Amino acid sequence: MNQTSTPASPSPFEYAPAPESRSVVDIAPSYGLFIDGEFAEAAEGKVFKTISPATEEVLSEVARAGAEDVDRAVRAARKAFEKWSALPGAERAKYLFRIARIIQERSRELAVLETLDNGKPIKETRDADLPLVAAHFFYYAGWADKLDHAGYGPNPRPLGVAGQVIPWNFPLLMLAWKIAPALAAGNTVVLKPAETTPLSALFFADICRQAGLPKGVVNIIPGYGEAGAALVEHPDVNKVAFTGSTAVGKAIARQVAGTRKKVTLELGGKGANIVFDDAPIDQAVEGIVGGIFFNQGQVCCAGSRLLVQESIQDELLDSLKRRLSTLRLGDPLDKNTDIGAINSAEQLARITALAEAGEAEGAERWSPACELPSSGYWFAPTVFTGVTQAHTIARDEIFGPVLSVLTFRTPDEAVAKANNSPYGLSAGIWTEKGSRILAVANKLRAGVVWANTFNKFDPTSPFGGYKESGFGREGGRHGLEAYLDV
Amino acid sequence: MSDTPARLGVFKTYKLYVGGKFPRSESGRVYEVTDSKDKWLANAPLASRKDARDAVVAARKAFGGWSGATAYNRGQILYRIAEMLEGRRDQFVREVADAEGLSKSKAAAQVDAAVDRWVWYAGWTDKIGQIAGGANPVAGPFFNLSTPEPTGVVAVLAPRKSSFLGLVSVVAPVIATGNTAVVIASEESPLPALSLGEVLATSDLPGGVVNVLSGRTAEIAAPLAAHQDVNAIDLTGAADDEALAKELETAAADNLKRVLRPQAVDWNETPGTGRLTAFLETKTVWHPTGSLGASGSSY
Repeated sequence: MNQTSTPASPSPFEYAPAPESRSVVDIAPSYGLFIDGEFAEAAEGKVFKTISPATEEVLSEVARAGAEDVDRAVRAARKAFEKWSALPGAERAKYLFRIARIIQERSRELAVLETLDNGKPIKETRDADLPLVAAHFFYYAGWADKLDHAGYGPNPRPLGVAGQVIPWNFPLLMLAWKIAPALAAGNTVVLKPAETTPLSALFFADICRQAGLPKGVVNIIPGYGEAGAALVEHPDVNKVAFTGSTAVGKAIARQVAGTRKKVTLELGGKGANIVFDDAPIDQAVEGIVGGIFFNQGQVCCAGSRLLVQESIQDELLDSLKRRLSTLRLGDPLDKNTDIGAINSAEQLARITALAEAGEAEGAERWSPACELPSSGYWFAPTVFTGVTQAHTIARDEIFGPVLSVLTFRTPDEAVAKANNSPYGLSAGIWTEKGSRILAVANKLRAGVVWANTFNKFDPTSPFGGYKESGFGREGGRHGLEAYLDV
Repeated sequence: MSDTPARLGVFKTYKLYVGGKFPRSESGRVYEVTDSKDKWLANAPLASRKDARDAVVAARKAFGGWSGATAYNRGQILYRIAEMLEGRRDQFVREVADAEGLSKSKAAAQVDAAVDRWVWYAGWTDKIGQIAGGANPVAGPFFNLSTPEPTGVVAVLAPRKSSFLGLVSVVAPVIATGNTAVVIASEESPLPALSLGEVLATSDLPGGVVNVLSGRTAEIAAPLAAHQDVNAIDLTGAADDEALAKELETAAADNLKRVLRPQAVDWNETPGTGRLTAFLETKTVWHPTGSLGASGSSY
């Protein structure tokens, strides 16, 4: 299946296995729904299994929320809202600071857990996900008693109960993006984690307990799409926040039509990473690799379309392929692993089908020599060249480690191609000229533009999309607006 | 009566806090600190002009690292100070009660408010830039961004009456934004300030970011107000001495220090952002955006 046109030279870097210890995390054989401060079975008694996508080992059995559970969780959140929203901001702040600190204390445990349940490399959970999770709570903790200063007028009020549905690609980080600003602003929440990655959210429930958070302020209801839909539809939910696919985002937009629910959607993307002929090639290659292979490409803001200026195409692609040959794919718990497992069999099938469409439509496929483990869900880093704008792999979000390479001659052409997408989440610009960065950035219809870097995140910095990548912003001062009645 | 005599307490030697260390005054002088009923509490260092100059050197040395730290990092450290204070709550309640003649419960309220104030300012480190700075929509093809930056070394005359809540309320905003401070403790009630140094020393705060001097306010403030390597001065501690405040502001004019004049403050009120912005500079960066044009055109 994988063409390996360039035989990998023997790596000068041979590593002995260096797995992170699993003993730091203690996963219970089963988990309930976390409603009103207690773990409970689902009303209908349903459960589902969550597995490690790297080994297909069953990690735990988790209660599966249905409509009745959603209703109970929303009622618990409603009941908790009155007191929580009436607390002085400084007191809410201290709860959030506690949560931030406990996350920092337990970050290695949570990193290993996330790697087990999601399949992403420990290097990423340890060095990216978890530090960002703690930082996000820390940042929004500080806003809880400063809402008067946020630019939304004096004494802005919370919305009420927030129904939040998050994806599986950054489970705990997406939870942080949702819960931290909601609580800071004085809302209470019902959060549904993705069905393939429920564990870190359930561990977060334990962190709420350790922090002494009042019951019902945070409710966690693992489940499938039906639970998410029930949550979005619940009449006593005042705010809907969703991160996930554009298709589901559109369904949610239809569901809430005609209600007074406030909505923010953070959806798909097909980010253009534009490399001009004066770009520093080595840095650009690192940025391209990070842009599309970080988290196995399962990133909504991934730089999945490489737009390279024609004159440097050969040089850049040679360098890129050389670099890809050094990536290490395998055990996500190994500290040297660059590329982990794909999150689920379903996602692997989707990536596989789209890559096959790329070949069928005539693009040229390349992967480095890469041995895939025999169990679990794996996909080798893949680069398509000779891609045109009409190709499916240039238009559809693949959400996997697949890079589509297109070329351009002029900045105008680069901008036109970059914007030729229903999505508008992220973009990258690589050039030594500051004025070119700013001129191109001005023309891009994307919510986040990285110049000479890629995939940078910070709690102080707003994130979100244009067009069909959704609306509303998460992070920064802007992120408060989504949870305030303004 | 017990057969064994009551255990004799161990007194603490109160010392200055300069450059992360706890020196005595180089002058070898001390002065008697008493409680509100004139009962002896301690002999506090009577800092000299030389101590003040040493403190400025320490503060300047710390400025590069502290102002260059990320706002997030500074926030973490300020929050750590709150954590450390909470653990020493009883000690500060005792010291504040002695210093200000308050009941235990009133002193405790002051200390609790002071802990919360550190938390409040910890949260500001990575937000003030978003309130006090921003993109300016200039009428031309330019990217134009204003960002606040710390002014440098700030001399702080802590309030005379509010020995701890007032002290924290003037020190925290100065360092939250990346300035470093030379603090003159309340002349009559310096002990909570000197003990605060012990908290700062164990809170991951780099040495020299905050330096605490005790002694005669007028004697220490004069060389600081005139010091050419001090960028700003907070005259809060000269609130009840108009002549001194004027004299210090006049001296400060020599190198155009930023001066925060004394004003009536209720330290129990939630502060605004005034004490943060008082010691910030605004830097505006321009960069052309050019036009898109063709490849290789006049960007």
